[in-house]
Amino acid sequence: MLASIFSLNVLQTALELGCIYGLVALALFLSYSILNIADLSTDGCFTLGCAVACQVALTGHPILALAAAMAAGVCSGFVTAFLQTRLGVESIMAGIIVNTGLYTINLAVMGFSSTMSLVKTPTIFSMAKTSLGFLGSWYKLALAAGIIAVACAAMLGFLGTRLGLSIRATGDNAAMVRASSINPAFTITVGLCVSGALCALSGGLLAQYQKSCDINVGTGMVTIALASLIIGETLVGKRTMLRRILGVVFGSCLYRFIVAVALRFNVPAAAMKLVSAIIVAVAISMPAIREHFAFEKRRHAARARRTVTNREGQ
Amino acid sequence: MEMLQLNDLHKTFNPGTVNEKVALAGVSLQMEAGDFATIVGSNGAGKSTLFNAITGGFIADEGSILLGGQDITFAPEHQRSKVIGHLFQDPLKGTAPNMTIEENLALAYLRAGTAPNAIFSRISRKDKALFREKLALLDMGLEDRMKQPVGLLSGGQRQALTLLMATLVTPKLLLLDEHTAALDPATAEKVLALTKSIVAEKKITCLMVTHNMHQALELGNRTLMMDAGRIVFDVKGAARSKMTVDDLLEKFRENAGKNLDNDRILLSKVEK
Repeated sequence: MLASIFSLNVLQTALELGCIYGLVALALFLSYSILNIADLSTDGCFTLGCAVACQVALTGHPILALAAAMAAGVCSGFVTAFLQTRLGVESIMAGIIVNTGLYTINLAVMGFSSTMSLVKTPTIFSMAKTSLGFLGSWYKLALAAGIIAVACAAMLGFLGTRLGLSIRATGDNAAMVRASSINPAFTITVGLCVSGALCALSGGLLAQYQKSCDINVGTGMVTIALASLIIGETLVGKRTMLRRILGVVFGSCLYRFIVAVALRFNVPAAAMKLVSAIIVAVAISMPAIREHFAFEKRRHAARARRTVTNREGQ
Repeated sequence: MEMLQLNDLHKTFNPGTVNEKVALAGVSLQMEAGDFATIVGSNGAGKSTLFNAITGGFIADEGSILLGGQDITFAPEHQRSKVIGHLFQDPLKGTAPNMTIEENLALAYLRAGTAPNAIFSRISRKDKALFREKLALLDMGLEDRMKQPVGLLSGGQRQALTLLMATLVTPKLLLLDEHTAALDPATAEKVLALTKSIVAEKKITCLMVTHNMHQALELGNRTLMMDAGRIVFDVKGAARSKMTVDDLLEKFRENAGKNLDNDRILLSKVEK
């Protein structure tokens, strides 16, 4: 029983999906952890990447599809940033507005149909199968891991530049960014554009991975990505930037593994969103729960000590 | 040469409502390059508002601001900050707590950047050597803690670091808004001594708000008094060196036409 649940196959699939979805978690790492903005356009942006990649892969080239998805993501991020930096829209509202608008745009990109198929089209994964054939069944993982490794390295390098430092400072103390002669509106815009690009790239990869696109593919993505982020931060720690970035990818893979195990226990696919929500709630509340238990433990110990002293006193 | 010129600045907050507040009611001021003026005045006199008008926190309703001969009346805040340093009473305001000392300094050093691609540069070994050398001047041991997040420093250390960041690239104007008021006496003295030496060494034109009447007369070469959004008294040179704290308080009553309502000013008079 256990052997079938923790088989190599499950692990492999979990790692593949973990690497692909890890890009969204990386996007949220930038917007949520670094810039301190809750960007709720993530769901729509992910679907946008999915839809654009499908359309371009059908008519163009699979690699071009990823580039097009990223460009679309940049546009989405730019609109979200424009709303909050220039038009004074609250950041959460800006994300919700863009997310809502994207639904129609995504449908339009998909030719006003709610699903698209890439079954007969070459994808970046079918290309990898021929060029990375020597890896056997591991070619998908190799490709996904390669892409996220590049994304992580680029992110790490980017955050070390002065622009990256200003983006980090924007989330930390915006007044101080202004004092160092950089416009926070600019850093927020750059940050959200990069975040949008990563998010849509993830969608574009997933579309080619599962050879299809669905208008609801992005639903709940922001929750799942946040879960990965927080699992990573809790388990890997956040002492250095490298650790934090690796933690994000690790969290994403672990999350996918938990989901895979849940599916193996015959949890119906329709219940997966609820399972996701529960995992997220548990992951996010972990520090608070831990703190509460530590407090109770200390109080109990103190009370026990007091009882002993009282008895001795009598 | 005139470094700072304020011409008849006006600012009213919430105009036309019950909360209408005239914060600046025609402030005109000329500062020579290298002038160091202290500003006193009761709470709500418009001292901090004046600073915010100069740094671009808001645009004045009327009047103009010239800095080093350039009209900056409508320049956005982040552009002005290239040449204006601003320290607040709250020592947490000027630094990013989750970033290291080195990273904070690197951001402040961006103001020196003239090349447009400077934003893609990384912290170089040369930068680090410069930061280390400047930190050593603070004499707080911070040069050995450059990789530590600023959030771990004490308030005094953070304010000293903010001062260093504001003057790392010599500004045309330094605005100090009671920057030692939230520190313990010993640390306040140390930060003040650092301020004096840096301002004197780099000959920075400086405006400093204080509630300490001794400081107001002792520091710099000029004392300004504000009340109800105006500069009501301006003294320098021989007239200033002859002045005592009692004279200054007397002047305040005379100019403002009312008694001091600021207990901190009264306390600082009793202390010494």
